[in-house]
Amino acid sequence: MTLVLWLALNFAQFALALAACLACVRIVIGPRAQDRVLGLDALYMCTLLLFIVTGMRLGTPFLFEASLVIAIGGFVSTVTLAKFLLRGEVIE
Amino acid sequence: MTALDGLPPWLMGIVALLVVLGSSLTLIGTIGLVQLRSFFDRIHAPTLGTSWGAASILIASLISWSWIEDRIFLHELVIGVFIMVTTPVTMMLLGRATLHRQRAEARLSALEGGSHDIGNAADELSVEDEALERAEDEAEAAAAAQVPPPEADAKP
Repeated sequence: MTLVLWLALNFAQFALALAACLACVRIVIGPRAQDRVLGLDALYMCTLLLFIVTGMRLGTPFLFEASLVIAIGGFVSTVTLAKFLLRGEVIE
Repeated sequence: MTALDGLPPWLMGIVALLVVLGSSLTLIGTIGLVQLRSFFDRIHAPTLGTSWGAASILIASLISWSWIEDRIFLHELVIGVFIMVTTPVTMMLLGRATLHRQRAEARLSALEGGSHDIGNAADELSVEDEALERAEDEAEAAAAAQVPPPEADAKP
């Protein structure tokens, strides 16, 4: 059963890294600015989950704080970019 | 092999299943993000990863850490609740920004494409708006007229 868990964690790391690469593809080829913002949102979500899986595998609790910081920073950045797209400026 | 070797086999199976499920859902969501055609289709795809993908990986992490440390871990719950609360907010803001941008571009292209005289085009636009408002008023009046009067129910 240890082998099954090892395979599952490996698969999860590869799948999340591939998902982050696909989000980067959408950031690069996105035809409009809102597509790039959406790709950034997906990218930070994939990175957060990858950090959690890596923390499970390495057995260190320090990556929880890293993923919490990524979640907060990603939320603030996406809201700020959406506000910029809506109004043309962030602080009115 | 990993730090999770102290788990009993049945818990290992559950953790492996949850981790594979969550990462597969996230991968499917980003594949949809790349493949789908319009923006309003694409905005739905990554929420597959933010709803059940994140939840299943966080639950797997929570039960494995709680078993290893022999106490209840709540860090993952904080992250999960934060994701669940903030994702709809960001998606709604992004959708509204996109709608606003598309409407502004349509208005601009109507201004530039209709005629080269911007004043005439603006007049046409305002005429169209007035016609639209009049049509909406007529539709509301028609809808109000279609409601049967209350005394119609009294008759057999």
